Amino acid sequence: MENNHLPNYLEYRGKRTGLLGWLTTTDHKRIGLLYFYSMMTFFLTGAVLGILMRLELIAPGRQLVDAQTYNAFFTLHGLAMIFLFVIPGVGAVFGNFMLPIMLGAKDVAFPKVNLLSWYLYVLGAIIVLTSQFMGDGPPDTGWTFYAPYSLKTQTNVVAAVFGAFVLGFSSILTGLNFITTMHRMRAPGMGWKRMPMFAWTLYATGWIQLLATPIVGITLLMLAAERLLGIGFFDPAIGGDPILFQHLFWTYSHPAVYIMILPAMGVISEIIPTFSRKPLFGYTALIVSSMAIAFVGYFVWGHHMFTSGMSEGARWVFSFLSFIVAIPSAIKVFNWTATLYKGAINLQTPFWWAMAFIFVFMIGGFSGLVVGSLATDIHVHDTYFVVAHFHYIVFGGTGFAFFAAMHYWWPKIYGRMYNTKIANIGLLIFFTGFNMLYFPMFILGLMGMPRRYYDYLPQFQDGNVISTIGSWIMISGLIIIITNLIRAKKQTGKIVDNPWNGPTLEWSIQSPPTLENFEELPVVTHGPYEFK
Amino acid sequence: MYSGASNLVTTTDNAFFLIIGISVIFFVGILATIIWFIIRYNKSKHPVAEQIHGSNTLEIAWTIIPLILVLVMFFYGWSGYSPVRNAPKDAMRIEATARMWSWSFEYPNGIKTDTLYIPVDKPVVLDLISVDVIHSLYIPAFRIKEDMVPGRTNRMWFIGQKPGNYELFCAEYCGLSHSYMFTEVKVLEQDKYDAWLAQRSDTAATAAATADPAVAGRRLIESNGCLACHSSDGTKLVGPSFKGIYDHKQAVVTNGQTREITVNDEYIIRSIYEPDADVVEGFRKGQMVTYKNQLSEDDIKLIIEYLKTIK
Repeated sequence: MENNHLPNYLEYRGKRTGLLGWLTTTDHKRIGLLYFYSMMTFFLTGAVLGILMRLELIAPGRQLVDAQTYNAFFTLHGLAMIFLFVIPGVGAVFGNFMLPIMLGAKDVAFPKVNLLSWYLYVLGAIIVLTSQFMGDGPPDTGWTFYAPYSLKTQTNVVAAVFGAFVLGFSSILTGLNFITTMHRMRAPGMGWKRMPMFAWTLYATGWIQLLATPIVGITLLMLAAERLLGIGFFDPAIGGDPILFQHLFWTYSHPAVYIMILPAMGVISEIIPTFSRKPLFGYTALIVSSMAIAFVGYFVWGHHMFTSGMSEGARWVFSFLSFIVAIPSAIKVFNWTATLYKGAINLQTPFWWAMAFIFVFMIGGFSGLVVGSLATDIHVHDTYFVVAHFHYIVFGGTGFAFFAAMHYWWPKIYGRMYNTKIANIGLLIFFTGFNMLYFPMFILGLMGMPRRYYDYLPQFQDGNVISTIGSWIMISGLIIIITNLIRAKKQTGKIVDNPWNGPTLEWSIQSPPTLENFEELPVVTHGPYEFK
Repeated sequence: MYSGASNLVTTTDNAFFLIIGISVIFFVGILATIIWFIIRYNKSKHPVAEQIHGSNTLEIAWTIIPLILVLVMFFYGWSGYSPVRNAPKDAMRIEATARMWSWSFEYPNGIKTDTLYIPVDKPVVLDLISVDVIHSLYIPAFRIKEDMVPGRTNRMWFIGQKPGNYELFCAEYCGLSHSYMFTEVKVLEQDKYDAWLAQRSDTAATAAATADPAVAGRRLIESNGCLACHSSDGTKLVGPSFKGIYDHKQAVVTNGQTREITVNDEYIIRSIYEPDADVVEGFRKGQMVTYKNQLSEDDIKLIIEYLKTIK
C-alpha cells in the first residue's frame, strides 16, 4: 500500500530540508502546523498562569505571590490566551491546513504572504513575551489596556502594546489571504453554495479580520504615542478622554470575539454531518447566520461599557443590538440539533467533542443574555459572572472546537490514529473539570465578587475552592488528551485516509496529504454533505 | 435575591429570573432533544440516515420565536434599568471621590468620611469623581454600579430601604491594591443618622476650631484615605508607614539618584504635592497622585502635627 503513495507533505524534500525546510515553507499545511506548534506553546503558558492564579485564589490573603505579580499574571494570561491563542486559533491552524483542500485547491492564494503572516505572528508573540522581562517589570494593565491606568503605570506597557500591534498585521494578512483564496481558487464546479460550512465561517471571519483589526492597531499606536510623546488622546489630565479608548478598543475587540467563535462554529458544522451521516440541516440558514453575526457583531461593542457613563440612548441601542446578535447563534444551535434528527449517529470522539461544545456554548450564550440586558448587567458587570461567561464562550466555545478539530483531523494531518477510548476518558475528565472550574464563578459573580481581585472577602471562599479544584481536574484531562494525541500510532489506508467516512474533499485524498494535495484537480458535482 | 435592600433590587431580580428562567427552559429542552436524538438515531438502531436538507418553516419558527423572547428580555432589562437614570429632584447629594486605593464621601455640610453613611428611605444621589484612573463604585446588595471616570462626573442614585451595613467594592481594575479598595455603606434610621451627623459635625468643628491640631490632622488623614497605603503602626504597605517618619533620616530616589534627606515640613509638603519627585528607597514611582487640589498647606500643617505624635 505504502508504495502507491507519493511522498506526503511531511516527508517532502524541497530545496531546503530539516528545520530550515519548515521555516522557509510556503506549503499551507506546514504553515498550519507552524501555527499549531507555536500556539500550543502559548496556550500551555497561559494555562500554567491560569492554574497559578487559581492556586493563589484558593483562600483569602496571600498564598503564592504578591499582588503585583498576580496582576502581571492575569495580564499575561489574557494577552497570551486572547492574542496568541484564540484570535488566530482555529482559523490559522485548521483554516490554513484544511481550507485549500476543502476548496479543491493546491494552496492559498498568496503562499508567501501566508508565511509572512506566521513570521509576524511569531515576532508579535516574542515582543509580547519579552515585554515581561524588560523595562520596569511586566505589564499589569489587564489585556484591555484601559486608559488612563495604562498611561500611568510604570510597567512595560509600550512593548506589550507594540507586540499586539504587530500581531494585528498577521491577522489582517491571514484574513485577506483566505478571502482571496475563496474567491479565486475554488475547484471547477465548486460554487459558493457548494463550499463546506467551515470555509464559509472563515469567509465571514476574514472580513472581520480585514475591517476591524486596523482599528485596534490605530488605538494601540495612539496609546503608545500618548505614553512616549505625551499626546493627550485618552488622559483627561492632558485633555484626552478615557471613554474614547474604550470605544476604540471594543470596536475591534468585540468583533474579535466573532473572529474567535465563527471558525469554531464552522468546525462543529463539519463534524456533526459526518457523524450523523446526513447533510447539514439548513445549510443556507447557517451561511446567512454567519454573515449576520459578522455584520451585526460590529455594532454591539457598547455592551462592554454599560457602566462607563455612556448616554442613555447609547445604552439601550447597544443592549437591543446585543440581543439581536444572539439570534444567529441560536439558529446555529437549532440547526445542529436538527441535523441529528433521523441520522445514523456514529458515536466517535470528535462527535463527543462537538456535543461538549454545544453544551458549554449554550451556557456561555445564555449567560450572555444576562450581560446583554441592562438591569442585570449593571449588577454583574466586571464581576466573576463575566469571567465565567467569557470563559464558557471563548474557552468552552473556541477552545473546545479547537480540540474537536484536533481529534477530527488528526488522522488527516499526521496519518496517525489515536486511542479513541483514552481520548473519550480524557474528554470526560476535561469536561467535568471545566464546568467545576468555571460554573462556580457565575455564582460568585451573582454574589458580587468583582473580577481581577487578588484578595477577597471570606464569603467568597467556597466558590473559589471548588473552582480551584476544578482547575486541577481540568488540567489532568488536558494532560491525558495531549499525551494520547502525541502517542497516536502511524497507520496507512482507510483508517487514516477517511476514518469517519467524511464527505468533504479533504477526506477524498491520502493522509497525510501530498505536497500539492491533489494530483489532478477535482471536479465538484454536488454540495458538501452528500452521503450515499 | 429579593432582599429589598434598595429600590432597585426587585426590578433587577425580576429581570434575572425572567432571563435565567427562559434560558434554563431552552437549555434543558435542547439538551433533552439532543440526548433523545443520540439514543433514538444511534446507527445501531437507525442504520440508514434520511437525507433531509432543511425546512424553511422550521428556520422561520426558530428565528421568530427566539426573537420575540429576546425582545421581551430586552424590555425587562431596559425597564428594570431605566429608574437608575432618573433621580428624584429632592434627593440628597453626596460627592463620592475615588483614588488609588481609597474612597472618600463628602456630605452636603462639608463633612468627609471613608465609609458611606446614608439615612434609610431617602433618595441619595452620588456624584462620582475619580482623581486618578478609572474606578467603579459597586454596591452588590443594592444592584448598582457605575464607573468613576477621571475628567467627568458620572452619577448614580438609590434608596437604601433597610438599615444595615453593606459592602462597597471597586469593580474597575485600578492597579496594585484594587482588591483592597473596599468600604461599607451604613444605612441608618433617620434619627440615628441625624445623631451621627450632629456628632460628626461637632467633632469636626471642635477639632478644627479648638486646640488639638493633631486630632484634626488625624481626621484629615482618615477622610482623605491616606491610610489605605500608609500605615500608622509601622506595617509596610504600598507606601512607607507614617510611624516615626517625622524628623527621620531617609534615603530617597530623586531623578534616578539616591540621596539622603531628613523628613521635615518641606519634604512632606513636596511629597504630597509632587509624589514622584523624591521617592523613598524601596518603593515604586507612580503609585500616588498629587493632592494639590485636595489638601491646602494649612491642612498639611495639621497632618504634620499628627505625624509628630506617632513616634
